Amino acid sequence: MRFLRRATSARDQGTAAQQRAASHQDRALVVRLLARDEAAFVSLVRTEHESLVRLALVFVRNRATAEEVAQDTWSGVLAGLAGFEGRSSLRAWIFQICSNHAMRRSAREARSTPFSALGGPDEPAVDAGRFEADGHWAHPPHAWRADTPEQILERAEAVACIGRVLDELPPAQRAVVLLRDVEGLDAAEACSVLQVSEANQRVLLHRGTLEGPPGAREASWRRVKRC
Amino acid sequence: MLTCRQMTELVTDYLEGRLSWKDRFRFQLHLGTCRHCREYVREMKVAVRALGRLPPVEIPPATMDALMERFRSW
Repeated sequence: MRFLRRATSARDQGTAAQQRAASHQDRALVVRLLARDEAAFVSLVRTEHESLVRLALVFVRNRATAEEVAQDTWSGVLAGLAGFEGRSSLRAWIFQICSNHAMRRSAREARSTPFSALGGPDEPAVDAGRFEADGHWAHPPHAWRADTPEQILERAEAVACIGRVLDELPPAQRAVVLLRDVEGLDAAEACSVLQVSEANQRVLLHRGTLEGPPGAREASWRRVKRC
Repeated sequence: MLTCRQMTELVTDYLEGRLSWKDRFRFQLHLGTCRHCREYVREMKVAVRALGRLPPVEIPPATMDALMERFRSW
């Protein structure tokens, strides 16, 4: 199912032709699933299950509960599949079901912190100490040898490091980066899944992509090159 | 003229295509004169694209078995 993911340029919204093609692939996949095609289900689960667990972890306390939410999500997907109308991508629809399950579970656990409060401190995206008083770099980025994503991803330790960096982000930032950059949802889909405004989503994406975890004031993704 | 610090606050909107033409022009003008910011934006693009190509995480067999049971009883 990796072909469904957006992979042309950083956060492009895709061409209309690409979106139509994705929609066609979604419909074809739904038809296979409704025909009880096990291979299609296995492939979809292998691609999305961990992301569902990660999304659920934004709302619930521990991985065991998040795993239960993810498994319940699949039951919800199967129960509702015949009614999938294609108004969003299939992936966005699945994540919507997951966030609904996770929010309900969170409410039952009395963890009712507003999503917007999970975004982390409202500070500049890059540590002010990296700039001179005139706003120019005091500690500029060092040239990165990796020119392509493939050069990063061919190193297993770098892939593991990306996972760790993602897990260390404040929850709301992690959710937005997960949906936008890992899963390739567009801004409107991510807003719908997380029930946040477009402006809030953009702030969370900005901080999630540039900001390090709390206490480590350095752009987190830049840490990957040191892994 | 943008400073490097201002550039880092605009980079997400730049990558999202959300800057006005005027701010986009200022952003690109800055990139044209600042190799550090060019490097910064290049790394951001590579990192974001790498995120979209992460390999799937292996699912424990017991989890997959449980999900297949749900699928077969659906």
